[in-house]
Amino acid sequence: MAKMTLEELRKLRAQKQDDLQKRDIAGKDCQIIVGMGTCGIAAGAKVVLDAFLKELDDEKIENVAVTQTGCMGLCYVEPTIEVVVPGMPDTIYGKVDADVARKIVKEHIVGKKLVTDHIYDRPSVDIMKNGGR
Amino acid sequence: MAVRNYILVCGGTACESSRSKEILKALQDEAVKQGVADDIQIVQTGCFGFCEQGPIVKVLPEDSFYVKVQPSDAAELIAEHVIKGREVKRLLYDKDKASKHAQVEDIKFYQKQFRIVLRNCGFIDPENINEYIARDGYSGLERALFEMTPEDIINELKTAGLRGRGGAGFPTWMKWNFSRNVESDIKYVVCNADEGDPGAYMDRSTLEGDPHSILEAMTICGKCIGAHQGFIYIRAEYPLAIRRLEIAMKQSRELGLLGKDILGSGFDFDIEIRLGAGAFVCGEETALLQSIMGHRGMPVPRPPFPAVKGLWEKPTVINNVETWANIPVIMHKGGEWFSKIGDADSHGTKVFALTGKICNSGLVEVPMGTTLREIVFDIGGGIANGKKFKAVQTGGPSGGVITSENLDTPIDFGSLIKIGSMMGSGGMIVMDEDDCMVDVAKFYLNFTVDESCGKCMPCRIGGKTMLAILDKITAGNGTMKDMDLLTEIGETMRKSALCALGQTSPNPIISTMRFFRDEYLAHIVDKRCPAGKCKKLVTYTIDPDKCKGCTACARRCPVEAISGSIKQPHKIDTTKCIKCGTCVKVCKFGAISVH
Repeated sequence: MAKMTLEELRKLRAQKQDDLQKRDIAGKDCQIIVGMGTCGIAAGAKVVLDAFLKELDDEKIENVAVTQTGCMGLCYVEPTIEVVVPGMPDTIYGKVDADVARKIVKEHIVGKKLVTDHIYDRPSVDIMKNGGR
Repeated sequence: MAVRNYILVCGGTACESSRSKEILKALQDEAVKQGVADDIQIVQTGCFGFCEQGPIVKVLPEDSFYVKVQPSDAAELIAEHVIKGREVKRLLYDKDKASKHAQVEDIKFYQKQFRIVLRNCGFIDPENINEYIARDGYSGLERALFEMTPEDIINELKTAGLRGRGGAGFPTWMKWNFSRNVESDIKYVVCNADEGDPGAYMDRSTLEGDPHSILEAMTICGKCIGAHQGFIYIRAEYPLAIRRLEIAMKQSRELGLLGKDILGSGFDFDIEIRLGAGAFVCGEETALLQSIMGHRGMPVPRPPFPAVKGLWEKPTVINNVETWANIPVIMHKGGEWFSKIGDADSHGTKVFALTGKICNSGLVEVPMGTTLREIVFDIGGGIANGKKFKAVQTGGPSGGVITSENLDTPIDFGSLIKIGSMMGSGGMIVMDEDDCMVDVAKFYLNFTVDESCGKCMPCRIGGKTMLAILDKITAGNGTMKDMDLLTEIGETMRKSALCALGQTSPNPIISTMRFFRDEYLAHIVDKRCPAGKCKKLVTYTIDPDKCKGCTACARRCPVEAISGSIKQPHKIDTTKCIKCGTCVKVCKFGAISVH
C-alpha cells in the first residue's frame, strides 16, 4: 500500500466503515429470521437467505439483521421467514423464494406494508403457553 | 457474496493460552470443508474481558456468546450455527437465554461497563489497520494535524480532565504543557507499557486488542509538544502485545500514518519499541527512562521531572498505556464529551483487572464513580463458592485494602485516597474469609523487597526489616512492640524513599494493620491464625466422630503422616505433618479441621 493523503484516509475510512457496520448489531432494529431447518433448506431457504443478504446490500439498508433459526413448524409452506420491524406486527411469510424475498425487502422493510400473499400464522398459537414464542 | 455470519475469536493472551489459536484454525478449516468459507468471516480479535469463561467465541449477527470453546467444537459450530442457524446451546454462556435476542447485552458482566479504552477490544481484528480506521481510528490524528494548534490540543485535554491512569492521577494536559513550553530542538514521547503489578493485565490487553490507538495517541502528543521520536517501553514477557505492535507500526508506516510527512502534513513522527527485562521498578518513570537509555534501571531523584529533563536530558512526555488509549477518543469526540463521563472528581473510565476469589474474573471498564460494590457483586458476580467477602486490594503492592464498610465508596482518585487506598494502575484482587490479612501483607511486601533496586537505604533496608517482622508475627513469635515498629518503619519509608516503589511499599501493611488489627492481635497475642493460612500457627486434626476410616486422606498424604486402619478413625502425626492441606481437600466427610 502506498502512503496516503488526508483525503485518501477519509475515503478508506468511509469504505471500510460500511464493511464493519454489518458486524455491529447496535442500531439494527429490524430482523429477518430465516427458518433453516432441514425442511427449510430442502425447500430452498439458503437461496432465500442469500437473496435477502444481497438485496439489503444492494439497497444499502443497514438497520436489518439477518439471522437464522430452526424449523418454525410450518413445513408445508417452506421456506418460511419471520420479519420483525418495530411498530409492525411480527410477521411470518411462507413459500418465499428469491423474488418474494426482494419484494419483502421493498414492501415490508422499506415501505412498511405487509406482503399479503405470503402471510401465515404461527402454528397452534392458541394452545401453546406463551403464544408459540 | 455478502457475508452472513461473523465469527469473532478472542486472541488475547488469556484465551490464546487456552488454545484459541487452534480454535481459529479449526474454524477456518471446517468452514472450507463444509463449503461455507465464502459466506462467513472469521476474525481474531483482542480480549473480550470475560477471561474467566475463555476461550470466547462470538458469532454475529445473532450475537451468540460462546464460552469455554474447544478446538473440537469447531465442526459443530459451523455445521449447526452457520449452516443450520441453530445455536449450539451447550456452549452458550447463558444456556437458558438462547437465540433470537442479543445475548451479550443480557450478561450482567457487561451491563454496567462503559468502554472507551477497550472500545475496540473484542470487536476489531488488531492485526488489520483498516478495521481500526473504520472505527474512527486516526480521525483524532487528522484533527490534531490539520485543524488544531498545539494549544488547542492542550485545551481539549484540559476540558476533558484526563488524569494519568498509571496510578498517580497527574493531569495529562499539565504534563504535556510542561514539555511543550520547554525550548528544545529534540523532544521525546514515551509509552510506559511496563505493567508489573501482580494480577494486573489491563495494558497488555489494550495493546493486544487495539495497538493502533497507542500509536495514534503518541503521534498526537508528538504534534502537540514538537517531538518526532517516540518509544514504547514494554516488557519482554508480553510477546503477543509486542508482535501486534510491530505489525501495527509496519502497517501505519506503509499507509503514511507514521514516518516522514504524515498524511502530507509535513509532520514527521516515528516510534521504536524498547524491551524491558521485567524489573518491576522500571515501571517507575525515571527508572524506565534510564533503562531506555541503556543504563541500569534505577530511579533518579525528581525534580527535574521528565517532562522538563527526561531522555538524554531532553523534555519527555511519558504516559501509561491506558492514558494513551483515551487520547484518540478525546481528540475525535472532544473533551466536552469525555468530561461528562465519570463523577465530579475524576472524568472518564477506569479499566480494572478483577481477579482473586471472584466468580467472574476478567477485564472490567467502568465509568469513574462506580462503587466497589457494583464492581465486585454486580459485574464480578460476587465471591466464588459462596464464601464471605473480606476485602479488595487495589493498587497492587502500592495500594491498600478496602473493606466491606467502604464497599459503597465511589471509585475515583480522591475517594480512594481518602479511605487509605489508591487507584493504582488497576489491579483489583478480591479476598474472602479464607485469606489471612497478615499473610496478604507479607505476600506484597515479599514482592516489593524482591523488586527493590537497592539504590536508596529506606527501601533496601526498611523493606527487609519489615518483612522479617512479619515473618516473626506469622510464626507466632511477634510482640506488641513489633506493631509499633512496623508503623514507624513504614512512615519513614513513605517519607524518605527515593521513588514511588519504596514510598508505597509499606501501604499494604499499614492499611491491613488499620482495618484488620484484630487479625494481627490474634497472631501476636493468641498465637493463632484465624483464617488458617499461616502454617506455623495451625495444626490439623481429625475428628474421630466424623471420620469414617475411608483412608482417602492417608493415601494422599505426601509425607505419610496419617495412620489408621480401614473403617477406623484416622490420626494425624503432627510432628510429621507439613500442613499442605491435601487431606482437607480430599476428605468427603469434613472430618479434618484446621486450628
